[in-house]
Amino acid sequence: MSDANNRALGAYRSNFLKEVEANVEEGHWVKMCMQCGVCAGSCPLGPHWQHSPQKIFMMIRAGKRDEVLTSDSMWMCTSCYNCIVRCPRKLPITHIMHGLANYAHRLGLAPKGQPTREIAKLFWDNLVKTGRVNELKFSLAMYFKDGFGQGIKNAMAMQGVGLGLVKAKRLNPLELLGGHGCKDKAGIHKMVAKAREIEDRRKGLA
Amino acid sequence: MADNKFAAYICSGCGIGDVLDVKSLEKIAQKEGKMAVVKNHSFLCNAEGVQMIRDDIANDGVTHLCIAACSRRAKAEAFSFPTAAVSRANLREGVLWVVAEGSDHDEVRQEMAEDYVRMGCAEVKKMKVPAGNPNKAENKRILVVGGGMSGMTAALAAADAGYDVVLVEKTGSLGGFARNLVKRVPFNAPHAEAQPTGVEELAAQVAGNPGITVHLNSTLAETAGSPGRFLAKVAQESGAVTEEAVGAIVQATGFTTYDIAKLPELGGGQANVVDQAGLEALAKAANGGAIKRADGKIVSSVVFVQCAGQRDETGTHLPYCSGHCCATSIKQAMYFKDANPDVDTVVMYQDLRVPGMGEDFYRSAQKKGVLFTKGKASRVAGGDTCKVTFRDLILDEENTVDADLVVLATGQVPSAGVDLDAWSAVVTKAEGGDEAAKAQREEMRSTSVLKLTYRQGPDMPQFKHGFADSHFICFPYETRRTGIYAAGPVRRPMDMFQAQEDATGAALKAIQAVENASAGRAAHPRAWDLSFPSARLEGCTQCKRCTVECPFGAIDEDERRFPLFNEQRCRRCGTCMGACPVRVISFENYSCDTVGSQIKAVNVPDEFEEKPRVLILACENDAYPALDMAGLQRHVYSAFVRAIPVRCLGSVNTIWITDALNSGYDGIMLMGCKKGDDYQCHFVKGSEMAYYRMSKIDDTLKQLGLEPERVATHEVAITDNVRVARMINDYVAQLQDIGPSPMKGFG
Amino acid sequence: MAKKQYAFYPGCSSQKKASADNFLRSIDVVCQKLDVQLNEIPDWNCCGASIGYGEGGELPRLVISARNLALAEKNLPGQDMVSVCPACWLATREAGERLHESDSLLAEANEALREAGLDLKNEVKSRHFVEVLIEDVGFEVMQQQVVKPLEGLKLAGYVGCQTNRPFGIVGESFENPRYLDKMVEMVGAQPMETYDQKVTCCGGALAFSEPEKSQKQIRDIVESAYDHGADMIVTPCQLCQANVEIYQSEINKKQGTRFNMPVVYYTQLMTIAYGGSATEAGLDGQFIRAEKLEKLAGK
Repeated sequence: MSDANNRALGAYRSNFLKEVEANVEEGHWVKMCMQCGVCAGSCPLGPHWQHSPQKIFMMIRAGKRDEVLTSDSMWMCTSCYNCIVRCPRKLPITHIMHGLANYAHRLGLAPKGQPTREIAKLFWDNLVKTGRVNELKFSLAMYFKDGFGQGIKNAMAMQGVGLGLVKAKRLNPLELLGGHGCKDKAGIHKMVAKAREIEDRRKGLA
Repeated sequence: MADNKFAAYICSGCGIGDVLDVKSLEKIAQKEGKMAVVKNHSFLCNAEGVQMIRDDIANDGVTHLCIAACSRRAKAEAFSFPTAAVSRANLREGVLWVVAEGSDHDEVRQEMAEDYVRMGCAEVKKMKVPAGNPNKAENKRILVVGGGMSGMTAALAAADAGYDVVLVEKTGSLGGFARNLVKRVPFNAPHAEAQPTGVEELAAQVAGNPGITVHLNSTLAETAGSPGRFLAKVAQESGAVTEEAVGAIVQATGFTTYDIAKLPELGGGQANVVDQAGLEALAKAANGGAIKRADGKIVSSVVFVQCAGQRDETGTHLPYCSGHCCATSIKQAMYFKDANPDVDTVVMYQDLRVPGMGEDFYRSAQKKGVLFTKGKASRVAGGDTCKVTFRDLILDEENTVDADLVVLATGQVPSAGVDLDAWSAVVTKAEGGDEAAKAQREEMRSTSVLKLTYRQGPDMPQFKHGFADSHFICFPYETRRTGIYAAGPVRRPMDMFQAQEDATGAALKAIQAVENASAGRAAHPRAWDLSFPSARLEGCTQCKRCTVECPFGAIDEDERRFPLFNEQRCRRCGTCMGACPVRVISFENYSCDTVGSQIKAVNVPDEFEEKPRVLILACENDAYPALDMAGLQRHVYSAFVRAIPVRCLGSVNTIWITDALNSGYDGIMLMGCKKGDDYQCHFVKGSEMAYYRMSKIDDTLKQLGLEPERVATHEVAITDNVRVARMINDYVAQLQDIGPSPMKGFG
Repeated sequence: MAKKQYAFYPGCSSQKKASADNFLRSIDVVCQKLDVQLNEIPDWNCCGASIGYGEGGELPRLVISARNLALAEKNLPGQDMVSVCPACWLATREAGERLHESDSLLAEANEALREAGLDLKNEVKSRHFVEVLIEDVGFEVMQQQVVKPLEGLKLAGYVGCQTNRPFGIVGESFENPRYLDKMVEMVGAQPMETYDQKVTCCGGALAFSEPEKSQKQIRDIVESAYDHGADMIVTPCQLCQANVEIYQSEINKKQGTRFNMPVVYYTQLMTIAYGGSATEAGLDGQFIRAEKLEKLAGK
């Protein structure tokens, strides 16, 4: 358990709804769910969610903190926004799911090795480094996230795709040597660090 | 009686003259219809055509006229001749617009038109101009029973419209259930916060209104009479009786709450478990401060259990939803949240039902932090810490929640008085001499609200679950006791907003009733009708079918057990006429003869002509308009049918069926309104009676050696214009398969 | 006619030799024809796309978009910001709206932006390139440029998610947007109006992390295009294009299908219809060659 997690547990005791309202992006909307289930029925990856958004909202109200934060359900979100546009109560469900995933990740409660969690981190690190996403480095990093051996296998499996893209001039091998990036990398680093510092302070994550 | 002079007027307008041989129709009216005057006009409903008829009435002594033009439902104002008896032969909607176009159909089309002219002439010969009711009923005061929100609202609405009101209230003060409430569910935008009930102000308005006489601590000891001439005996608690003559009655006797002692599994009767009324009392005592339990402890957590003893499928408790309780619990949860946002408030619901603008109220409570849990409570344990065991219906698991206080949202039980079905069973026994039943009858009478002296029992008939019957699909304030209107939760479960709206509607109906009664007219739906039923008593066999089957309790029995008609209670549906086995009941303008003569006037071809004849008896309220509308939209149907409008299928006397079959008709279609639990019959029970009677006719058919398919009964709604044409065509095809009636030629 | 000027936010995938390089080339042609000038925002950065939330959280994610808005505001004043990538557009528009709704969030964002020497007034309007085409140029003007109608070409219009939700194109429904079909008609081709996977999710970023689950989505999208008799799929979204095109071979390998359905951008159709060559339209950048379209281009 992380320090942040212990602090949150101390601050909110059994009131998980209050914790979500304070610390999770758009969390103040959770109480407004009317349990119609349209979100659950609208999700393209619906069958793969152990707990649908509808259930997650109910679990938050029922104080099921561990079950929610250790769940890999939120990580099934493809950001298709179908739930948002269909929600009769206009809850920003996609953002709440993102917010819960991020909160669980930052508290160290999200499932270890959850693939979307892993690539989300790789993606963000990749983008913060140069200010832009380097598709080749990102792809390679993804293939090698499970270790060198698996990485070679993954890369071999997708070799056809990679070579095809190179042929179609849509993947540039020279990207490895530098490639695209912002000029003001230093400014971006400082800016992102500052934003994170502010948010962590606000949410008790630092 | 002055000499009758019969005239037929045939219109050739609207294309009638282009397609039909009007000369031949004139000849039929003259020779077969025996009309003394026969005229045609190319535009009969215009000023000139109407003047021609008026002149004939004024100068030529015409007393009876058959207008062969459009449907009786069209041009009713132009063809209104109050001093003459008028029949209408429907050549436009009934022939021109429904028979297939083209010369192939000229022959059958002309035959159809000729039959309608024959029928119109035959009908008018049997009609009389209604002379009006000599029994004046001119009292226009309105009695309101019950001084709660519904009753006070009805009283004020009627008084504001200029009618004197008598209000009878059982308790010592006005206000009813609302008096116990801290606030009411919002009824104004933005529907976010509970609002003051306004009950004190309303009570003061009633008390201060010079047009309203209020009897407190009073009940009705007896109510006799009929619209325009009711006589109510108002008994005070002290024993004093005041007689009040009134013209109409609004019954707004409200509800009682379901007794939580019947819900021990939900903690009913245990400490710190209350119903919604109990919570109002605690909140009233708190006076805006922290709400305390009976033991004085400040409540820091509360669970509202919705549907407690309601929507019960086991048959033990109330089977219905009372409609207001979700919003009421939301309001009560806000009492806690508004006093202290840190109080944990959980509303445990199965389906949150907040009709009207309640959704905004629900959202407002969510914003305040009221928690809503979709779950079904199976057990509540009262005590210092109450425990609610429930099934979480989203997470699909058993769970418990603790609370300082549990509120059970129980339902409304109507205060509608005596159940007439139970009553009539007891009365039958008592009349047979059963002493216990006699005592029970008196016991039941003491629980009656209205204490009507009607033969059919002392209160309004109930429909479902003890609520007073009202025509809730089409005419929500209409009951089965003419001039007596139910308003508020006595009629169906409802909240205060709906009850007040209801009360206003009922007050208006009461006003209509006294106005119609004083003009000698029928009440809804034949509000223009001056006719009323009369019985040829010398033929009566005292079978009582008319008194039993009248949906409105209009017929009592006199000392000799003959039917005694209360004209102002009568709605002119003719169900009594349909019921009478010896056909002694008739109206001046509608009788067994007016219809029977039409049936017989039709020219039924012999079987070799292969032209079947189908009689349609269509209810004038829905089915006949649907037929007209089929015409209006040019939905073609068979030219072999002959349609006769009837006031209600309930008025169909089986003699018409036998007459038609004997005359060689191949089939008969009865078309009436929907019956049963979701009835749409304008006379509530008429179509049901018809179905019942027709179910018995199969035997008759068999005796005649006829197939049961030759009489078919259908439910037809006013919107069924497409369906009705298809129904006719299917039936005619079916009859052609069966073959011609073997009765042809014997009639 | 004066050119319409916009602050252009190309996004990571539409850079030279990135995965949507070919898209960018066709956009250039369309802009030239329609007198639209896209002025690249200097030193723009990545929007965070749809999985930036995992590590980036709320404020850092909003701040990186705020930086792009601030750069546009500073360097290209008075110009609407235009993205060709739905994810870029969505992130930027969302950031603009969220910072507009909350003064405290805007203050926090500006505190972070100051570290990069920037300040945001939040006055720039963030728009999608499709909005520019429909609202500022209009179907009529777009159609006037057509010199080579794409006759006989049947196209399944695959709108996908983020061009359509949560913001969408004004006047269109979330469940059945029509503009892409109208564009197909505009270039003289035949839209498959009953194509039932029009707004199905391709799996988005989960194509990488959850390939099995996403490929089920992609299979539906491609299969339905075949069922409706389409020659190819057209889309306005880079990620949709890449996922639906690239993974067909994977699906074939795993599931024994024989998918070979080209997936093109609407601007590629417009380029050919406006008389451009296959290369100008970036058709050499297709993973699955759009042969019918190439043939039309060669006519």
